[in-house]
Amino acid sequence: MTGFFDLPTIWAFVIAFAVFAYVVMDGFDLGLGILFPAFAPGPQRDRVMNSVAPVWDGNETWLVLGGGGLMAAFPLAYAIILPALYAPIIAMLLALIFRGVAFEFRWRDARHRRAWDLAFTAGSIVATLAQGITLGALLQGIAVEGRSYAGGWWDWLTPFSLLVGVSLVIGYALLGATWLVMKTDGVLQLQCRSLAVRLGIATLVCMAAVSVATPFLSGAYYEAWFAWPRVLFTAQVPLLVLICAAAFFHGLRRDHDYTPFLMALALFALGLAGLGVSIFPHVVPQAVTIWEAAAPEASLGFMLVGAAVLIPIILGYTAYAYWVFRGKTGHEGYH
Amino acid sequence: MFDQADAVLLARIQFAFTVSFHFIFPAFSIGLASYLAVLEALWLKTGRTVYLTLFKYWLKIFALAFGMGVVSGIVMSYQFGTNWSVFSDKAGPVIGPLMAYEVMTAFFLEAGFLGVMLFGMNRVGRGLHFAATLMVAIGTFISAFWILSANSWMQTPAGFSINEVGQFVPESWLEIIFNPSFPYRLAHTVLAAYLTTALVVGAVGAWHLLRDRRNEAARVMFSMATGLVMVAAPIQIFAGDMHGLNTLEHQPAKVMAMEGHFESHPDGAPLILFGIPDQEAGEVRHQIAIPKASSLILKHDPDAPLDGLETVPREDWPYVPIVFWSFRIMVGLGFLMLALGSFALVQRLRGRLHTSRALHRFALAMGPSGFVAVIAGWVTTEVGRQPFTVYGLLRTAQSASPLEAPAVATSLLIFILVYFIVFGSGTLYILKLMHKAPQTATPDQTRDDETEEHQPVRAAGITPAPAVHAGRAIGSRHGPGTHASPTREER
Repeated sequence: MTGFFDLPTIWAFVIAFAVFAYVVMDGFDLGLGILFPAFAPGPQRDRVMNSVAPVWDGNETWLVLGGGGLMAAFPLAYAIILPALYAPIIAMLLALIFRGVAFEFRWRDARHRRAWDLAFTAGSIVATLAQGITLGALLQGIAVEGRSYAGGWWDWLTPFSLLVGVSLVIGYALLGATWLVMKTDGVLQLQCRSLAVRLGIATLVCMAAVSVATPFLSGAYYEAWFAWPRVLFTAQVPLLVLICAAAFFHGLRRDHDYTPFLMALALFALGLAGLGVSIFPHVVPQAVTIWEAAAPEASLGFMLVGAAVLIPIILGYTAYAYWVFRGKTGHEGYH
Repeated sequence: MFDQADAVLLARIQFAFTVSFHFIFPAFSIGLASYLAVLEALWLKTGRTVYLTLFKYWLKIFALAFGMGVVSGIVMSYQFGTNWSVFSDKAGPVIGPLMAYEVMTAFFLEAGFLGVMLFGMNRVGRGLHFAATLMVAIGTFISAFWILSANSWMQTPAGFSINEVGQFVPESWLEIIFNPSFPYRLAHTVLAAYLTTALVVGAVGAWHLLRDRRNEAARVMFSMATGLVMVAAPIQIFAGDMHGLNTLEHQPAKVMAMEGHFESHPDGAPLILFGIPDQEAGEVRHQIAIPKASSLILKHDPDAPLDGLETVPREDWPYVPIVFWSFRIMVGLGFLMLALGSFALVQRLRGRLHTSRALHRFALAMGPSGFVAVIAGWVTTEVGRQPFTVYGLLRTAQSASPLEAPAVATSLLIFILVYFIVFGSGTLYILKLMHKAPQTATPDQTRDDETEEHQPVRAAGITPAPAVHAGRAIGSRHGPGTHASPTREER
């Protein structure tokens, strides 16, 4: 049952899409948290918060779909990956609690606003770092025996996983800065442009470092990237990265509002495509393929009917919600 | 120092702790979302400002409760994998799609329209804003539908087969979703959510009536809330009874534990009102019981025989003392709610609904009772299901992740610490909002409390001239004591 468009393959793409949607949407709002200390307390911070307050909750829901979808479509992978990455995942969940409640709490308690701002920043940084470490640890491989995780509790902690973690923090910060270029004006926007330039350079350096390190983690990755004639396709990924990077800096220099954010997203899309090239068709890299981990067809088919109908509808009203709050963010809120 | 059994116990404590905390918020927001939709509908229909005032008042509280529900809910969705990976592998093909449908049909709907509901009143028309409020309310319902379907399936599994690697394989989704205990559990839980919200709204109304019985918003909310309690409490008792009969049919050991029936009673079982269950000895000490009443309730026949736990293998017993007591707490509170509803009805008929201080004090005291009852009911049903995760088929001890106890112990400690800081603060903020009396709101004035910091605080006791008062931004937040109305100063 290893055809190209069988149910497990379709579900692999659906979950990849959920992960991408998560990165596109929650990436920039985590980035705002990471950058928060760069903005002055008072109206500036309030404005940054208001630029995302109406939509953050929907953004984070993609993470729930990614996790829930993985459990439903690839229960074996879910059962192996989550215990293997116990510490970073618990850290991420706890961090998301702090940053999530900060959206409401900071308005309710003026005396402790600084503390909740700090919770927003620390929560965003820890959550992002944990997501990056999770990704890095997945890439470097997980020890599996039978139907469960068989490694130690600190296997995830390596220089490579830390590199991916830090890279993701920088990358999300870039998304946050370019989002604010889009949503603000005046002094705040100028500040964000200059942040975006520096973060753009840092992000490219990080992407290069991770890309160089990955093929040497295992022979399989090297094959996936450099085997002939596959390399003709895979070489397009770095090529497109260069084109997007050029467009990104061009957009910043010419004071475009939207180009930098869109190009930063394109960089992330390419990064994820690169990830896909590396691990497909595995779901637990180097150990379990999507067909081995897949739930029975009765589960996959039942969910696919819903996903095919519901995901377009979700994207529709999500777009509507963004459209309602389009344009530059003012100082209004409901608080 | 630790062994595998400790790791499983710690994982169970962690799950119980995180889910108890989480459950508080949806139990509140399901009812509150509907209440908000009703308030907005009434405002649009009648144009009476008081409904808008109440809508805005409860919207802030809803936003806080909803936010806490979301973040604690994300923890739940990942905990199946972190702490219960074997369960996830085996039951994932059945449970996973139900939860995926919950995310796709409910979570996105709530989250997508929450922003419009909270921030959009000046950006979209009134009709669209009301539609957003409705979507959020409907989303909370759909969410309850799916999660209770999943939970009920774990209690009364149906519509599946088991494959060669021990996974549950779906055979009929209709049988899975509408499994035998689902309709009862859904009705009982949604009614509980409505009651919980009504009791909170009633208590807040009572609190403000005790301080100022002329506050129009307080009068309206107290009247609406006690009206709902009056209707919902008796229905809930009836629904609970039906649910109990269903449990007797499908999970008899749970009912034996709830009733404290260690021994079989071939000719009519007594209803044990109080007693101290002794799991080791298999008896209930110091019991006060009504002869044959248990058979009468459960079988509608005082002489009907009822089996006890002695007919069940000992390794399949739930832990009786917890189930026995949590059940009694839930039922006791249910009857107190009925008493509150009836008292409110009597006072309403006598025209004393807004003036009876005894009623207001009673309603205030009952404010948190819905949460306690909800948690007690949840404990009854979940502990009563033990020692299984999928009833009769998959044991809890065989469901856990291959984790080392210190890892689980550490995360448990951190969870407890974080939850108390975060949700403790959140509860304080909610209480702070509830403590403030509802102030007249207008549709255009959405941003009302940021301005507060920039306004000079007026000294308590100085009454601004009416013209000055009216000229200020209507709806600007008055901290307690700064709103200079005569009734406040007397206090």
